[in-house]
Amino acid sequence: MDGSRTTTREHSSGAPPPVRARGLVKRYREVLAVDHVDLDVRTGDVYGFLGPNGAGKTTTLRMALGLITPTAGTVELFGRDPMREGARALEGVAGFVEAPRFYPYLTARKNLELLAALDGGQARGRIDEVLNLVELSERARHRVGGYSHGMRQRLGIAAALLRRPRLLILDEPATGLDPAGMRDMRILIRRLAGEGITVLLSSHQLPEVQELCDRVAIVDRGRVVYEGALTDLRRQGGAGYRLRSTDDERALEVLRAQAGIEHAATGEHGLRFQAEERDVGALSLALARAEVGILALTPELATLEDLFFRLTESDGGASGASLGPNGLFGDAPMADGRTSPAAGADGRGVHA
Amino acid sequence: MSSAVVASQREPPELVHARRPLTLTVWRWELRKLVSQKRTYLGFGLAMIFPLIFVVVQSLRHHHDHGENIFESQITQSGLATPVLMLLFLSVFMLPLIASLVAGDIVAAEDGNGTLKTILTRSVDRGQVFAAKVLAAVTYATAAVFLSAAVATGAGVAAWGFKHIVTYSGTVVSAQEGLLLVFAANACYLIPLLTVVALGVLLSAATRNSTASVVGTVGFTILLFVVAQIPGLEGIHPYLLTNQYESWHGLLRTPTDWAPVWHSLWVCALYAVPSLIAAYLVFLRRDVAGG
Repeated sequence: MDGSRTTTREHSSGAPPPVRARGLVKRYREVLAVDHVDLDVRTGDVYGFLGPNGAGKTTTLRMALGLITPTAGTVELFGRDPMREGARALEGVAGFVEAPRFYPYLTARKNLELLAALDGGQARGRIDEVLNLVELSERARHRVGGYSHGMRQRLGIAAALLRRPRLLILDEPATGLDPAGMRDMRILIRRLAGEGITVLLSSHQLPEVQELCDRVAIVDRGRVVYEGALTDLRRQGGAGYRLRSTDDERALEVLRAQAGIEHAATGEHGLRFQAEERDVGALSLALARAEVGILALTPELATLEDLFFRLTESDGGASGASLGPNGLFGDAPMADGRTSPAAGADGRGVHA
Repeated sequence: MSSAVVASQREPPELVHARRPLTLTVWRWELRKLVSQKRTYLGFGLAMIFPLIFVVVQSLRHHHDHGENIFESQITQSGLATPVLMLLFLSVFMLPLIASLVAGDIVAAEDGNGTLKTILTRSVDRGQVFAAKVLAAVTYATAAVFLSAAVATGAGVAAWGFKHIVTYSGTVVSAQEGLLLVFAANACYLIPLLTVVALGVLLSAATRNSTASVVGTVGFTILLFVVAQIPGLEGIHPYLLTNQYESWHGLLRTPTDWAPVWHSLWVCALYAVPSLIAAYLVFLRRDVAGG
């Protein structure tokens, strides 16, 4: 999705963004679970919230929903602070953190009736609709205690949709689902996003995030190490190229001698290197001068998985993690022009 | 993001303003949850079984001793003696235990099951949830007391008839008036029992552990009984919660002795009000991090 388009829409309408967190901190005694997290989820985003286990994702989402009190900082949903305004701040917001939980001794329908009642009763008439949407109509009169994990996940989605949300917060919605269930979940999220619902999706499923999300925040050890457009992340994560030539040995010599070409090496299917686009043009001329024929010259974007591990498997921040030849976050502004809080003091590298 | 999503992007849906539910609605759902749980019936079962056992055993006995209590000597003379004696026996341990079963569990169980986060992310405020839970625990304790009284009265009357009865002051009252006094005595017993409920809710909110809360609540009342046995501490007896269990005796005198009832009211308030305020603050400020 085009982030600038969304921003324009928000600015023109003057509406506060679905999620805006500033300097969010949560400390449990000596453990700093969330460390000065800034988040901006914009209207219409399908926003991926990524991080290894224990990175602080769920704690951040709990603070967003008003379930736990931040040690410092603020989080607002559509301009309202859940800690100050309570349930009022959750108007138009639904979702679940960790696994959705229900009363095991009540049927799915009774659980939804209860939740509809706690929403003022208007949603009661939509119970059949949401049960049908998540394909639980036939099991609606069964006690939730007998439900499989996947069925509970689907019931969690149904419970969220009862509120007709404008912002849907989903924490690992595909966890524990079989492949078909994961596919169905992706289709459902895509459909909801298509209906204009902003989705904040915390997930370990990197292909899922890559497929669904337009913007992401990657957290590691409680800190945001990247926030911005997924395409920007992938582009800056290393504009890699693969080269197949008539003479790979000679080509490698040319690559190593050429300015702007870095990390040139022989790979499984030809040569690989990293370079800016302008330097690739000069390279092709140099190869021609060296009488090396180009059979294929293919750009390769790093996968989200590559980037994720490069960002989160650093040594903890002392040295920083660099994603590409330029050091991804050194001079990479966030989509709104701010510099990532994770950027090093020298403007290069990522400090997790 | 997949281009499919972008292509089909629409304007965000209109905000649907959810009405905040009435606290009574939340309370009704708390009761529906109680009705759906086996534990609820365990307590009610205990409240009913003892009067039945009592009546059966007394019916089988050929000789009835005249005990210390005036109502003991009337067991076979009036069915209305049974609910009074049952209140006397059950008020010490069994009814506080039954009340604790729900009060100690009502917040902690939601924490353990992770359902607290489910309900606290709807359109209901924490204060409403807390009030509804306290009301539900109060409702349950009240129901248990009157269920026990109703079973005791029914069984006693069935066995020995609906007859006049002699009160603590030796006054003979009609069966109708006796029935009214039985009801009033049980209602009066609710004062200390609902204080036990308040303590149970406090422990439930603070410990987040059902077993610890139930055991802690019952343990606290037992501790007060033990304290009452310590020589030299007679001065504090009037202020012990467990001493208020017998305040209803004043209603079974002629003229009615209201002093123990009023005393019980303010002593129990000293226990209940701080407990409820503390429980409310704990519930309001707690991090819902479980589940």
